Formats: sequence, structure tokens, C-alpha cells
Amino acid sequence: MRKFNSILVANRGEIAVRVMRTAKSLGYRTIAVYSEADANALHVRMADEAVLIGAAPVQQSYLDKAKILDAARQTGAEAIHPGYGFLSENADFAKACEAEGIVFIGPTAEAIDLMGNKAAAKRRMIAAEVPCVPGYEDPDQSDATLIAAAKKIGFPIMVKAAAGGGGRGMRLVHEEKNLVAALGSARSEALNAFGSDELILEKAIIEPRHVEVQVFADTRGNVIHLGERDCSVQRRHQKVVEEAPCPVMTPQLREEMGAAAVDAARSIKYRGAGTVEFLLDSAGSFYFLEMNTRLQVEHPVTELVTGLDLVALQIRVAQGEELGIAQEDVKLTGHAIEVRLYAEDTTQDFLPCTGRISRWIPADLDGVRFDSGIDSGQEISPFYDPMIAKVIAYGENREAARHRLIEGLKESVLFGLTTNRGFLIDILSEEKFAKGEATTAFIGELFDESRLAAKAPDEAEVAMAAVLLYQAERDRARNAAVFVENELLDWSSTHPLITRYIFDAVEEKIDTTVSPRREGGYEVGVRDSVLIVEVMNSGVNRAQLTVDGKRKRVHFDASEEGILDLAHDGKTCRLVNSLAFPLSAEATAGSGRIAAPMHGTLLEVFVKPGDTVEVGSRLAVLEAMKMQHDILADIDGTVTEVFAVAAKQVSVDDMLFEIEASEE
Amino acid sequence: MTVYSSKIVTSSEGFATNRQEMLALVDELHALKDRAKQLSEKRRKLFEERGQITPRERLVRLLDPGMPFLELFGLANFTVDTTDREKSIPGASTLAGIGFIKGVRCMIYASDSGINAGAMTQKSGEKLRKCQDIALEKKLPFVHLVESAGANLLKYQVESWAHGGGGFQRLAKLSAAGIPTLVVLHGPSTAGGAYFPGMSDYVIGIKGRGRASLGGAALVRAATGEISDDEELAGSEMHATITGLVEYLAEDDAHGLMIARDIIGRLGWNDNCPAPAIRSYKEPVYNPEEIAGVVPVDYRKPYDVREVVARLVDGSDFEEFKPRYGSTLVCLQASIFGHACGIVGNNGPIDPDGAAKGGQFFQLCDQANIPLIFLNNITGYMVGKEYEQKGMIKHGSKMIQAVSNVRVPKITLYIGASFGAGNYGMAGLAYDPDFLFAWPNAKTGVMGGEQAALTMDQVARSGAERKGVPVDEEALAAQKKRLTEHFDSQADAFYTSGRLLDMGVIDPRDSRKVIGFALQTCWEARNRKVQPNSFGVGRL
Repeated sequence: MRKFNSILVANRGEIAVRVMRTAKSLGYRTIAVYSEADANALHVRMADEAVLIGAAPVQQSYLDKAKILDAARQTGAEAIHPGYGFLSENADFAKACEAEGIVFIGPTAEAIDLMGNKAAAKRRMIAAEVPCVPGYEDPDQSDATLIAAAKKIGFPIMVKAAAGGGGRGMRLVHEEKNLVAALGSARSEALNAFGSDELILEKAIIEPRHVEVQVFADTRGNVIHLGERDCSVQRRHQKVVEEAPCPVMTPQLREEMGAAAVDAARSIKYRGAGTVEFLLDSAGSFYFLEMNTRLQVEHPVTELVTGLDLVALQIRVAQGEELGIAQEDVKLTGHAIEVRLYAEDTTQDFLPCTGRISRWIPADLDGVRFDSGIDSGQEISPFYDPMIAKVIAYGENREAARHRLIEGLKESVLFGLTTNRGFLIDILSEEKFAKGEATTAFIGELFDESRLAAKAPDEAEVAMAAVLLYQAERDRARNAAVFVENELLDWSSTHPLITRYIFDAVEEKIDTTVSPRREGGYEVGVRDSVLIVEVMNSGVNRAQLTVDGKRKRVHFDASEEGILDLAHDGKTCRLVNSLAFPLSAEATAGSGRIAAPMHGTLLEVFVKPGDTVEVGSRLAVLEAMKMQHDILADIDGTVTEVFAVAAKQVSVDDMLFEIEASEE
Repeated sequence: MTVYSSKIVTSSEGFATNRQEMLALVDELHALKDRAKQLSEKRRKLFEERGQITPRERLVRLLDPGMPFLELFGLANFTVDTTDREKSIPGASTLAGIGFIKGVRCMIYASDSGINAGAMTQKSGEKLRKCQDIALEKKLPFVHLVESAGANLLKYQVESWAHGGGGFQRLAKLSAAGIPTLVVLHGPSTAGGAYFPGMSDYVIGIKGRGRASLGGAALVRAATGEISDDEELAGSEMHATITGLVEYLAEDDAHGLMIARDIIGRLGWNDNCPAPAIRSYKEPVYNPEEIAGVVPVDYRKPYDVREVVARLVDGSDFEEFKPRYGSTLVCLQASIFGHACGIVGNNGPIDPDGAAKGGQFFQLCDQANIPLIFLNNITGYMVGKEYEQKGMIKHGSKMIQAVSNVRVPKITLYIGASFGAGNYGMAGLAYDPDFLFAWPNAKTGVMGGEQAALTMDQVARSGAERKGVPVDEEALAAQKKRLTEHFDSQADAFYTSGRLLDMGVIDPRDSRKVIGFALQTCWEARNRKVQPNSFGVGRL
């Protein structure tokens, strides 16, 4: 083992920031790599040095081993932390690092290789007597063999890509008759995703919990586990909520699962941080699923309940030091829950969203941790994973953590980007989740299309948005004025002036009026209701208001004229005042009467009566003062009159063409 | 710091009665304005069918939301169109006032085209000219929203035409003074009206609706036999492409108003006015809302004007000038919104000492460049042998002379009576106050009706005595009644405001705001740099 003083983080986003935070606190020189799309990203700004490694697509940057190793050479980086994803479980990369004399902060290439192939891993685990899901993981991939194996295991059955992860190439098959088709589609998906179409079969455990054990091993033969995480709340096999400890865990079960995980790690001479994933059925039986040979996305929940810094431990192990913690030193205290905040539209089948984060102010609450790589003003590009932040809450018990997390989500200001925040709050607020009864079937059962459909803001929300927009417009005008006293705001010496907004909301135009009241506050008309709104206090992005006497806290962003983004109870809506954007404002005010702009000779005429033209169509060319000028149509329509004749002299303002506007 | 100690008991019966009576008058004021509003609103459907915005909504769209708005001449033409108070429509079919567009203090004058298609009333032209005069003096960009059927030929009066030219002349003067004028052609602007766009610096024409021509299609056909359509003759599109009269062609009302806001915003107007030093001040200790209960609506009932001032000025804090000398003329030094000002009020008729004190006080304010605020509740200068011999005329004249010639802003409120020469000494209409508003209880005139009747009664009795004939008591009583009514009907604030003898009737509870707004407008005018030219900007 070589000692090192500098760490290159071969990753981006929140995990790059997370790793650097610990590395910097331990005194390491940190080096970031970045793609062209990430030039202004937080991880780049945070690092002591940063190297541009290529274009935005991952193949040309974060997955390009040569470029990353180049960057390490250039900057004299002595160690590389791969984060998760990208090259974190790429054995070749780990090998290449070692070959360059750079410490790879992670397991050996052999361990990565072994666990990277699910079939091989399972065979190895069976050998190590780790409980496994009954299944088939032999190299013989003929349909007949697979069908026979499936029958032997019994349906329902899970078809998986041997090289895979993340749900790709995965199929749940309930009946034999559907198996052949599932094998075919899983193969092609696996081939596309992982470059190998090898499949494995597993008995499908219905509505299991996904429980994983964090293990840590040093190079001196010490292997310990840091307890479990329950990651049952998943959507299409993607984890959404993770927590530690597992709500149904017993000390005995923990001991058994922990021992199994430690055995698994020991059996392959594991090094560093790893996660052994199990399925836990309702009877308390658990089965090995796979081992992740990296730091997991959800590692913070373990950190919060153990009080350990997992990245610091990784670095310590990579330096060849002893873990310094024995199994009996590991104490689990309290409860932690993490949610993954994604830039995605839950109302559009979770379509990833891109855009500019106009405002990001994480809530400042005790017991709530934000691991994020974002900043106000940052662009979220389509090139990378849409996860923009993790929000993790800690509490002395599960309920306390759950409440804090909901509060942390609600209280964070986030505008400019569509996210799954409301969905996360809904999950955390579900009774079934609150009771700790969520299994992997939870989201599918409780969140159908209609529940996920976009909801129009309610009247109170529209009323608050209208008042905040009104005040923003007022304050903008006031700042532009020479001076206007507070006492004069919202005042007219005659009838109150009634400001009207017509908001474009979900499939609806909401007619809204705001009218200040003599006794304070505003009378707000929304649809057919009248609400009284008072603003108790209003900061840059947060406000407290009362609507008909009921107190509400909201976040808002009024930085764009005519638009108010409002977040209330975690629900974000964008209200666009259509009156501020007359359709016509963008239209060129063309008349269809085209006259010669100057004296000259018409070189060519391109249109004849009856021709259809659009704005910008070339109608003729005029030569004047040795220069050629295009005569262009100024409206969409049909040419009705052509007065222009080629080779003829024209005078300024001579009518050349008339165009009749086409119907809209 | 001498915070006034109020003797008003807000829980007293007198307070409740005063408040009730005053608020009833305020309600009457609102009801009058509502009359115009509702009449105009009846045309909402028509506007919407045409893709237009109603005149009141145009005004709101033009203005910055939540910024203050001071309406001007809101009762214009009241009881001028008809003497029937129950039927008369106030406002002169126009909406006018000082408001903010992109933070720029502007004068706005808009056709209320929901009423008789925006046809001019008898007082519309005068209201326009007065607004233009204020714009010129206060350096306010002038924004005109036009949609007017023009002069009503059926009610043609030669005076309206003769004076009417002044509206165009003032546009030229504004342009030459370096104050931009802007017109939005929302609808027709025909004949004389065509000079509104013609003489404005910036013209925004609404496609398909805004029109300007010397004669409409009907007149042209009558005059020359030519058959033409209004779009060819007058349309915004035609003017934008052929004549160049229209600078900005807008798709519809909303677009046009947005362009108007944009143009004002791009003037950089406030770059040429420094911001005043930031002063801290306290709101009045006594709530301005209480004014309604402090003042009896009947001017004959005495009260202490300092109770009103305590509800107007910063911190309810003022210093009284010569309180023991000529004490019925109350002169106070105070501030409103941090602006130092001299305040003059009345606790009875002005006597020679009071007149001398007033003249001196005005000069001191002038010397220190402090604006003067006149709270008129004055039945006149004292009469009688003693006062005449003490030089009432001489001292009153000095006071009137001083008020005529002070160089500082004068803001006048008629808060009760304002009679005779008392009105002159207290900066009434003829003394060119910068701003002049009335409370709804105000009575103005040469004297009170009762006083006039009693005077004439006395004259008649003396005459009869001289001639040695008996007094016809019945005829005298009838005359007394007639005279009282004749005077009182012309003294009422709504009546005088209809004749533009003030700039509008306000809710007394808004007085601090009105005065503060006026002070700030004056301050801006006096500190703003403009770039005058000699002929105004020509549309070349």
C-alpha cells in the first residue's frame, strides 16, 4: 500500500461533493474532473484543482478511463475515488489505476469482477453458505435449459441480466407461457445496457423488503458490518426512499444478516466499503441478492445512525490502515431516512426534466442533511442522472426522522426545475409508510396514474400566488421610482384599483383579481370565490400569509416578470400571468403591404399572385447603391397583388406586393 | 419633540356622531363615482366582443400594481350635464390622475369610452387642460388613452371649441418643455381629436381599432362624395405604414398598454431626479382614521384644528408658531413623510393679529423653502368697527399678498368652510395652489347661505325703514329661503368639484396620504432636470 496525500474524484454531482467534503476535512488535496457541461458545477468549484476531461456525453468524459488517468497524471493525483456509478465498479479501471501506481479507493479488481457478474457471484455465495434465492446461474443460456430451470425453481420467477443492475434487463414472469418472450426482451435489453446478454433466473419473492447490509473490510483481515438499510420503497426497481434501521429488524435477525454479509465479504477477501443486498420476506427469511462493490447512494443513513464517516473509513482502508473499529464498537442510535430528489416529472411518467435551477435554498433544520451538487443558477443537463440531491433526516426514532424529513423537503426552496418533491412528501406521509409496512410493492400499489396526475393549484394557492406576484410587481416599480413611502403603497385616492391576472394553470385559465383593502390585506377573487389574503411577512423567497384567517407558509420565486412559482406543502406550481404575455407581443406587426424601401432596380421577382408565402419569404431582390436588398414578406399569407416587375426601376414607397394574411 | 396631547375621546357620542355623518358623506362620494363606473361597466360585453379592455381596466393595466394613485377631477362635470343631482354623471367621461408606470410618476388621462363612446362632455376639455397644466408644472410624462367619439355635435357650444385648442397647444408646450407625451389610440380620435396623436411625441395605434382622421368616412362622403372605409382613411395600420403617424402598431389593447409601459420604462426618466435624503419619521401617534370622528360635518360647530393636524403629521408632533398671538389662525411647523412643512389652520375667523401672523409665517416658510399646507375652515376675516379700525383690510391684504407670492409649494384642503376673502388668504383656487382637494363636507363661496340671507334680510328691512313702508314679512321669508338655497346649492363640495373648482373630493381619512403624495410630487418636480427645447419634437 502506498500512502497518498491527494485524491482525484472521478465523478460529478452530489457524490463528488460528498467525497471532497471529507477529503478536504482530512487535509487531502482534492482534484475534480469535469465535462464541458459541468464547467460551473459545484464539485468543480469546490476542488483544489479541476481538469476538463471532455464533452458532455459520459462516454467522452466521466466514462473515459484514459482521460481520467491523464487528469490524474497531470495533477499528480495519488489516489482516485470513483464515487458510485460511472467507473466505480469497473474492474479494468481499478486495474489501470493500480498499474499507474494510483491508489483506487475501492475493492480489488478481482472483487469487482466477481461481484459484477451476478451468476458468478451467486455461485460463489452459495459456496460460502450465504442464503441465496433459489435460481439458475449457469453459463448454458439456451431457452430450453432456462425454461427447464424455471420450472424447477417454480413461478413466479425473476429473469435478470447476469451483468446487470438498476433494473435493466429485469423481468418478472408469473406464468410459464410468458417466459420465452421475457427471455428474448431481457436478452436484448441486457446486451444493449451491459454488452452481455447472459441471463440468470431467480425465484421471485413477492412483496419482499429490500434490506441491505453495509460491510467494511480493511487489508488486515478485519471485516465488520455497520447494520442494515431498508430500501424497499422503489419504483421500477429504482430506490426512492432508504432508511436505517429497517423497521422490522430484530437484534437477532440483524446478527444473522450481518454475519451472512460479513461472510460474503470475507469469502472474496473484500476490501473497503461494500453492500450486501438481501430480499427479506414476510416470514423473516432473507436471500442474497447481490453485492455492490462501492459506496452506495444511500450510505448517509448508515452514517447518521452509526456516527461514522464512511468516506473517511474508505480513505483509511485505502491508506492500508486498520479500520480501527471492532464489530462490538458499532452502535446504532436513532433512525435515519433518506429520499432521492430527482429532476423528473411525476405527472408525465417520471420523465427526466432539464432546466435551470433558479433558486435552491436547502432548509436549515436540525437533523436534516442535504447531499447535493446543485446551486442556484445551475443548469441541469440531459446528459446525467436526474438525481439532483439527497435529503436525509435523523431522529431519535423513526417518527421523528420522518417528520423532520417531510419538513426538510417542504422547507427547502427549489424553483426552476420540475422535481419529484411532492411525490416524496406523499410517500413519507402515507400511513403505510408511517407504520413501517412499505415493501417493494408499495409505490406500485398506492401511486397509480390518477394519483400522480398533475393537480391544478387550489384557490388558496392561486390567491397567495396572485398577492405575491402583485407585491413583487409593486416592489419592482417602487425600486424604480424616485421614492414612494410605505404608507402610500396599495393606496388609491379613489376606488381600489383592481389588478387582474389570468393564470395559465393545468389545462385551465384562472381569472384572478387582487384588490387592496382599506383595513389592510387584499381581497382576492379566484374563479368564483373571494378570499382575504394578508401577508404577515415576506422575505426573498419565503412568505407567511393568511388566507381567510388560516396561516400558511409558502416559498415563492418572482424573479421572472409575469411569473410566480409557488411551493406550498411541497407542491410546486408555476403560475404564468397570460396577460403579461400577449400572444401578439411576439408577432411581428406585418401589414402584408410591401413597398420599396428605397429607390433602385428590381433584379428579380420571385412570387406571383396566388403564391403562399410566410414571414421572411423572399419576394424580390432590389439593387440600390450597388447593394442588393432582399424584399421579404412580413406576414404569412397569399400574394394577392404583384406590382413589381423585374428589371424595372422603382421609387421609394412604390407598392410592390400585397399579401393577404392567412387565417389563423 | 412635542407630541400633541389629544383631548378627543374616541368612545364619546360626539365622536361617533361626527364619524357617522362624515362617513355617510364619504359613501355619497363613492356612490357618485360608482354611478359613472357602473354606467361604463354596462358596455363591458361590447368591449370584450371587440377584443378590447374596458377603460378602467386599461388604466389599471397601464399602472404599476400597488403603487399609489391620486385621482384628479373625479367629479368633473357633476351637475353640469344636468342639474339633477340624482342623474348627473360625474367624471366628464374621462379618468385622470397621477400614477406610476414602471416607477415613473406620470399624468394619465383616459377616455371613459364606456360612457357615450367617450364623447366629450362640457367639462372634459377643461379637465384635460388642467391635467396638462399639472403635468407641465410637475414634470410628469403625459399618457393619454384615447377612444372618443369626439365632441357631441348635438350639444355643441362654441366655448368648448374655442378653449378646446388649448389641449393641443399644451401638448406642444409639454414636448417643448422636455416632458414626453404619449398617446395610445384605443379607438377613434377623429376631427379635432386627430391632433391628439398628431401632437403627441409617441403614438401607439391598436390594429383594427385605433383611428385618426380629420373626417370619418361619413363626413368625407358628405363633404366630397368620396367613398372610403375607416381603415384606409384612419386605421392604425395605415398610419404605421403609410403616414408614419403611428410609431408603434399594437395587436390589441393589452399589447398597446404593454408597449406604453415599455416606452415609459425606457425613458430613463428617474435617472434625472435625485432621490431625497432618507429621513426617518414616525407615523402619527393618533390614527388618521380618527379624522372622520374629530370633525363635525357642520362647519358652524367649533373644534380645534390641531386635533386634525395631530392626525396628519409625523409622530403627531408639531411646534406652534405664536400660539398666543392672533390665535384663531393656527400656524404649525411639522413634517409629513419626513418633509418639513408649514401648516395653517383655522380656529375661528381671522383677526388682524392673525392675518399679520399668517403673512409672517408664509414668508418664513418661503425663506426656508418649506411647503405650506392650508387646512381651510374659514368663514372669513373679522368684521366690525373694532377690527376695521385695527386695520383688518391692511393686515388681511398683507396675508393675501404673502400667499400670492410665496415660492414654495402650496397644498390646500377645504376641510370645512372656505368663504370670502378667507378663502383667498388660505390659498384657495385663485391663488394657484399646487394641489387643492376638498372634503365632502366642505362648503365654499363668497359667504354662507344663511349669512347671505340674513344680510339681504337686513338690507331689505333697512330699506323699508328708510322708505317708511311696512316690511312684507312673507316675501322676506320667501327671499330668505330662496337665497339660502341659492347659496348653499353652489357651496356644496360635490357641486364645486363638478365645476373643477378643486382637483377632487377626497375621503378625509386619506388626507395624510393625499398631502404626502402631493408633497412628493412637488419635491420631484423641483428636483428633476428636464431638457427643454424650443419647438417641441416634430414628427418629421
